[in-house]
Amino acid sequence: MEQRQRVALLLGPPGLWLTVFFLVPLGIMAVFSFRAGSFGAERELFTLDNYRQFLQDSAAQHLLWRSTGMAFLTAAFCILLAYPLAYFLSFQAGTNRLTLLTVLIIPAWTSFLLRILAWKVILGSTGALNSLLLWTGLIEETAPILLFSREAVIVALVYVWLPFVALPIFAGLERIDRRLLEAAEDLGCRPWQSFLRITLPLSIPGVLAGFLSVFIPTLGEYVTPLLVGGVNGIMYGNLIQDQFTRALNWPLGSVLSLVMLFLVVLFTLGFGRRVRLSDLAGV
Amino acid sequence: MIAAFLYLPILVLVLFSFNDSLTLVFPLRGFTLRWYGELFDSPELLNALRNSLWVGLASSLVATALGTAAGLAITRFRFRLRGPFLAVATIPLVIPSCVLGVALLLVFAELGVPLSLWAVGIGHTIINIPYVMLIVTARLLGFSEHIEEAAMDLGASYWETLLRVTLPISAPALLAAFLSSFTTSFDEFAVAFFLVGTDATLPVYLYSQLRFPSRLPLVVTLTSVIMLASVLLVFFAGRLQGLGRQARKALP
Repeated sequence: MEQRQRVALLLGPPGLWLTVFFLVPLGIMAVFSFRAGSFGAERELFTLDNYRQFLQDSAAQHLLWRSTGMAFLTAAFCILLAYPLAYFLSFQAGTNRLTLLTVLIIPAWTSFLLRILAWKVILGSTGALNSLLLWTGLIEETAPILLFSREAVIVALVYVWLPFVALPIFAGLERIDRRLLEAAEDLGCRPWQSFLRITLPLSIPGVLAGFLSVFIPTLGEYVTPLLVGGVNGIMYGNLIQDQFTRALNWPLGSVLSLVMLFLVVLFTLGFGRRVRLSDLAGV
Repeated sequence: MIAAFLYLPILVLVLFSFNDSLTLVFPLRGFTLRWYGELFDSPELLNALRNSLWVGLASSLVATALGTAAGLAITRFRFRLRGPFLAVATIPLVIPSCVLGVALLLVFAELGVPLSLWAVGIGHTIINIPYVMLIVTARLLGFSEHIEEAAMDLGASYWETLLRVTLPISAPALLAAFLSSFTTSFDEFAVAFFLVGTDATLPVYLYSQLRFPSRLPLVVTLTSVIMLASVLLVFFAGRLQGLGRQARKALP
């Protein structure tokens, strides 16, 4: 049938591309996770050792939970900062809202690496913040290093993600029918009551989208910890990266990756039911 | 307040790009343009820049073409594989970069194909296809299918209609999707890190330079330049989306 042919022609190329370069790689990763070694004859052997190793490795599991916690904190801080901002833009900023939104977004479009680097420059013990405070006489001696800690990672990531969280929340607030608020006011609702009972509940999908759009990339983060985290700030992603770049234990690395993928899909399905895809993608 | 939080760190970097000192500390040592001059004397840097431009261009073209085709299929047709296809096409939105990078690394190793900028480009298409699809879908849902039906009633074939009606109306979205893909690719590090062979992209090069404190002023200066370029690009993309919105209003 004609219809079918059109669908096949349209869907064929992207379908094929995604299969070859996305599904097959994940499949190969699954295959690797059962191999005894990365190279030579070992790779032909089937084994469950890598899974066993992960299940017995309390350090890796600990790191996974800690990374989950860090991702949660990062996302939560982002929402706490972004919600008032988005609320202001949507309800108070009037006709300037799009200009202000652009002002908010521009930093988000500048290099990720360099925005993290900015914090390295600022927070370092010989960094900008310390030297500025010394120079202006606000402090007498160098403050203890702020860099290379879990907190530094969270601060830098909140900074990076903030605009990306504000966007879906803003979009969610914009979708609220303002007549609902007028009706509430007419019926004698106080502003804070109508906020709690109308605006807040209706904005939850946007908040969830914002939360997920930070939580998930942060969970898999390994670059920021490398730059500002130091030994104390490493995350689960660094473990994966280590298996592939230094330890060259690809089978174990595959297991670690699959565990993370599983966790991410679980979170997405759990949180994501009420989330619009377009909010999540920020388009 | 929040604007200050967002802009100060960047401004600090820009400030240091004009500072005449090897170390990034206050007090400032005086104004200089020497870092900007040195930027253009670094062949490796220029090479990395060129690589990033190529990877960005090629991967965004592919992602835009494939994402648009997928967007057309899922908005204009109902078919059995629609659900599964949507699921697969949107997983890249949530997959952690390190997992995607590593998975592609394994494939290339398995096939015995050496890593290269091609691998990086392929990785970037996977990241960008869902975004393109969503941007294009939004546009396609924004105008009536009747326009396409009218074209076909007047004797145009399906593909003619696509080329001469649907795609021109969607052009602003396609361009916006392309620019968004390009900026993503240009800035992408986490996936590229696993997939670059010997030829670095700009973010990978930048990262490698961070180990040398003496290169820091140069890196910071490069930041300022890239920042300016991205701001211009985003501004341009925003204008296009604005144009798209106007075009939509003009339609019945």
